[in-house]
Amino acid sequence: MEFLFDTATPLGWFIVKTLVILAFVVVLLVSLAFILLADRKIWAAVQMRRGPNVVGAFGLLQSFADFLKFVFKEAVIPAGVDKPIYALAPVLTLVMAFITWSVIPVAPGWVIADLNLGILYVLAISSLGVYGIILGGWASNSKYAFLGSLRSTAQMISYEISIGLVLITVLLLSGSLNISTIVEAQSGGFWNWNGIALSPLTFVMFPMMVIFFISALAETNRPPFDLPEAESELVAGYQVEYSSTFYLLFMIGEYLNIVLMCAMISLLFLGGWHAPFDFAPFTWIPPVLWLAIKICFIFFLFSMVKAIVPRYRYDQLMRLGWKIFLPLTLLAVILVAAWVTFIAGGA
Amino acid sequence: MEIETLLPALAFYLFAGVAVISALMVVIARNPVRSVLFLIMTFFSAAALFVMLGAEFLALLLIVVYVGAVAVLFLFVVMMLDVDFVELKQGFAEYLPLGALLSFVLAVELIILGATFRIPKEFVAQTPITADVSNIEAFGRVLYTDYAFFFEAAGLILLVAMIGAILLTLSTKKDVKRQKVCEQVSRTPKDGLKRVDVKPGEGI
Repeated sequence: MEFLFDTATPLGWFIVKTLVILAFVVVLLVSLAFILLADRKIWAAVQMRRGPNVVGAFGLLQSFADFLKFVFKEAVIPAGVDKPIYALAPVLTLVMAFITWSVIPVAPGWVIADLNLGILYVLAISSLGVYGIILGGWASNSKYAFLGSLRSTAQMISYEISIGLVLITVLLLSGSLNISTIVEAQSGGFWNWNGIALSPLTFVMFPMMVIFFISALAETNRPPFDLPEAESELVAGYQVEYSSTFYLLFMIGEYLNIVLMCAMISLLFLGGWHAPFDFAPFTWIPPVLWLAIKICFIFFLFSMVKAIVPRYRYDQLMRLGWKIFLPLTLLAVILVAAWVTFIAGGA
Repeated sequence: MEIETLLPALAFYLFAGVAVISALMVVIARNPVRSVLFLIMTFFSAAALFVMLGAEFLALLLIVVYVGAVAVLFLFVVMMLDVDFVELKQGFAEYLPLGALLSFVLAVELIILGATFRIPKEFVAQTPITADVSNIEAFGRVLYTDYAFFFEAAGLILLVAMIGAILLTLSTKKDVKRQKVCEQVSRTPKDGLKRVDVKPGEGI
């Protein structure tokens, strides 16, 4: 029996990797259920409502009930849709959202694929995420869905540029594209974390963290940048013709991307799995929990932004992306590169 | 055959086969959106082949640039076109002989080229493949250290082309009102409000 789990042989490697991936996916999906609930609860609390509180204690099982509802509903396929592409789009969204997680380390060594080009991989896959949305909008054969998907695509492409440039500042600082190495470079305490380090460079890196956060909101179609699914004008944007499991796949993919962005902010700017202080009571908490705490904190910010900030107008969104974030991040890349070359003595 | 050599060979034939078939489908698909989708599939398989050659950086770059940006723009344009395909397919038989001749000539040329061209040995020797230098480091060294001048010159040419393209399409109409954010933000009640002493029964 033991030879089946021996990673030295191709078969054993395959079995072990498959089990690891399965475990990762299950953990991710279950935490996603509670994160979804948290999102709704926070939103409700800001508006002085109670939020979901019927299914299970405090509504804890609400997401599972929703899941069952989505799965058992009839999948309505509207007339005139391009069926293969219509079915492909949500699956594509979900798959792209999942395979990005393969390079995200959750603790030292706890990563499915420790790629040397991890960050580039994340960028590449997140640029593919557009396809699920644009194809879903087009194949639905509906004006609302098509308009929503066009908006979404333009928005994602615009904000990917500033995200890419912010990533460049981070990888200049740590000199690697491997996410594990980037996190290791921030060890020792919160004064070493990229986003809030005790160094003059923080005047550049902290704004970069904020820009990454805002761009992540736009990239994942979260309010206040949720124009692709603006319910007041486009009903639900690219998802409007989707129902039951198809819609569920879209929604899971979207939330997975949101949590991914939270994880990226935690890993790149907030020290990943490192404790804020490098001594006793803090080091008792295992690294993976530290990362989870940071992800939850960033997600709390995402929810608060959703609850508080009103929606942007589309031209304002484009202006923010191209005329403000792009020059600022370009300037930051120059500053950080100069810092690394002339002051920190790297390169 | 050993499994260590069999698996890469199988993977190569899979990716190469998918690339060739989807390239063919780009041409013969009826729906232009599907053509673009097959084009994306071709790019993707090419990226996979790059990975198999050990050029991960190039593969990811191909995905970021071609699949993530260029093909999205293609898709954008193609989706908004309203092409009548029945009309487009008319005259297919008329153009067939000329098209067949051209593709035959092209194929013969490619075969001759493939049969006779060999990469000179001095080029092969210069490729900096060493185990301790990672893919991206090797690229960085070539682009930013060894050939920095050429790289910057190419960048400058692209910049000039970009500015030229913007300048050619930029048109500022005088009667269009544009939003000036700076003005809006710096507005005070003094600029926007006027107190008018309205006499009763007269209005303004």
